[in-house]
Amino acid sequence: MNDGMPRVVTIREMIRETPAVATIRFDHAFDSLPGQFCMVWVPGIDEVPMGFSGADQITVQEVGTATRALTSLTPGDNIGIRGPFGNGFSPVGRVLAVAGGVGVAPLLPLAKEGSVATFILGARTRDELIAADILADQTDLHIATDDGTAGYHGFVTGVLDSEIDIASFDTICVCGPELMMKSILDRLALRNMEQRGQFSLHRYMKCGVGVCGSCSLDPDGLRVCRDGPVFSGDQISSSEFGEYARDAGGQKQKI
Amino acid sequence: MITLQNDPVNVGGITLNNHLILAAGVLGTTGASIRRMLRGGAGGAVTKSIGPVPAAGHPGPCLIPLDGGLLNAMGLPNPSQEFASELAHLAEEPVIVSIFGGTPDEFQTVASWFADIAAGYELNLSCPHAEGYGAAIGSDPRMVRACTEEVAAFGLPTWVKLTPNVTDIAVIGEAAEAGGATALVAINTVRAMRISTKLRRPVLGNRFGGLSGPMIFPIALRCVYDLYEACSVPIIGCGGISSAADVIEMMMAGASAVQIGSAVYDDIGVFDQIASKLYSDHGCSAAEIVGCAHE
Ligand SMILES: Cc1cc2nc3c(=O)[nH]c(=O)nc-3n(C[C@H](O)[C@H](O)[C@H](O)COP(=O)(O)OP(=O)(O)OC[C@H]3O[C@@H](n4cnc5c(N)ncnc54)[C@H](O)[C@@H]3O)c2cc1C
Ligand SMILES: Cc1cc2nc3c(=O)[nH]c(=O)nc-3n(C[C@H](O)[C@H](O)[C@H](O)COP(=O)(O)O)c2cc1C
Ligand code: FES
Repeated sequence: MNDGMPRVVTIREMIRETPAVATIRFDHAFDSLPGQFCMVWVPGIDEVPMGFSGADQITVQEVGTATRALTSLTPGDNIGIRGPFGNGFSPVGRVLAVAGGVGVAPLLPLAKEGSVATFILGARTRDELIAADILADQTDLHIATDDGTAGYHGFVTGVLDSEIDIASFDTICVCGPELMMKSILDRLALRNMEQRGQFSLHRYMKCGVGVCGSCSLDPDGLRVCRDGPVFSGDQISSSEFGEYARDAGGQKQKI
Repeated sequence: MITLQNDPVNVGGITLNNHLILAAGVLGTTGASIRRMLRGGAGGAVTKSIGPVPAAGHPGPCLIPLDGGLLNAMGLPNPSQEFASELAHLAEEPVIVSIFGGTPDEFQTVASWFADIAAGYELNLSCPHAEGYGAAIGSDPRMVRACTEEVAAFGLPTWVKLTPNVTDIAVIGEAAEAGGATALVAINTVRAMRISTKLRRPVLGNRFGGLSGPMIFPIALRCVYDLYEACSVPIIGCGGISSAADVIEMMMAGASAVQIGSAVYDDIGVFDQIASKLYSDHGCSAAEIVGCAHE
């Protein structure tokens, strides 16, 4: 056990990425691996898990109380950070990254460090694409939008099926809505390539350090916060992944 | 170091695979997680405390690791009755269902959901940070006795977990024993807090919470010692145990078995780790050790 008190950081910059997503930069750089996350303390509100989208930043989508409070802060305000936590991605060979929505956050550091050859970025509509310029510089970028306002008209899996030879990649790093990740895992399974996939999972997190059990996966009891958040496809192919998750009290919720 | 024989263990009516039990609320929220701990060497496991209605718990931060301990205010998050389905595949295993309520009736109701599947019950009369629950009623001897009576009436082994946040823990232990407890568990966390000096506010969402881990081992040891003098049912030591030497020391104070929670933070394999050092073929029998520091 060691001192894990939240480090209080001051917000330096608040960058609007899309109508509902903002990147928050603080005055301290954390020593984190791509894919690791932190617990973000919004004083007086709550503490929630967020991937690092850079050493000194997180990228937040407004979905509820804590995330709305976070994105309404301004430079000079303070928040607390615990972490980095979790395992991060461990890419080998030629890397394909696939992101849906704000799922791009933990994949961004991987692309920035030059580890990603090809990147598929998906969003509902053109205005909701995040970090497309940076990704276009660093990778062979393919875009998909649900409404066809940019790139491929449809889901990221459509790009995968029509524009990419998935078998030519050694590692496929994925983060986004669970059903999107599940359909990519299914495609890997068809070719017996589950172990090449690395999926960054979301589960309800309270402690972030592997003791409370709120993020445990069935049927092996893997902890998303400590054994993950990144799992290889074969670790989760016969798990609850894509079927259900749990809420704050541990009740099952269908995905 | 003193070692123990790896004999079958029966404590407070429950047969365990060894003397090391997973403490309530630590990796005990799902059936799969509990099974992982049993496969990883826990001789028995206590579930997350289950209450009369589903609850989300306190706002975060809920848990802060400190030098030598953990500070938590989870706030008893739990899925309530739905939890029974989690235990279906563990019916043959030494799984003890921890329950909480605000009244003896509520304890009775929650216990009834698990009467067919639990190896036994553990009454949480000791959580230090849930208003109206836990220590709020667990410091009142009459209430402790009444809640214990309701649950013991099911005829299953009934352990009662006590709070150290009282003037005299022995008085509470005696009340539980009078209510029909088959074992006493000591202790739950010790009321505590930390403040962020930069933000000038408490760090925990609930402001205060409970301290666990090595920092509280001497407190837990003293509580077990006091209970051993006052009560005749077996005592299960809990609080800060993280090594085989701690287990032996706790047994010398009077514990017949121990529970381990926070030590999984450093190593989820802590049960196998401790068991590999605690047991040997030429070890003593537990009977020789338990309470020997009182002679
Ligand atoms: C490892 C990990 C990394 C994440 N990274 C990012 C990121 O980089 N950017 C981003 O925008 N979002 C990220 N999330 C999701 C983010 O944690 C939730 O959107 C956030 O917690 C919602 O909080 P809220 O109070 O605004 O919403 P609420 O109104 O409380 O809930 C809205 C939704 O968020 C989920 N949620 C709420 N609290 C938690 C919690 N403590 N743990 C997990 N889920 C929760 C709820 O299940 C619900 O579905 C990540 C989640 C995890 C587990
Ligand atoms: C995260 C966490 C959650 C806990 N939840 C419960 C609980 O639900 N019910 C309970 O009786 N005790 C609960 N406890 C207390 C532990 O069971 C145990 O009594 C305490 O942590 C002391 O033991 P330790 O030092 O080995 O952790 C919890 C402790 C922690 C750290
Ligand atoms: S969030 Fe507590 S174990 Fe993962």
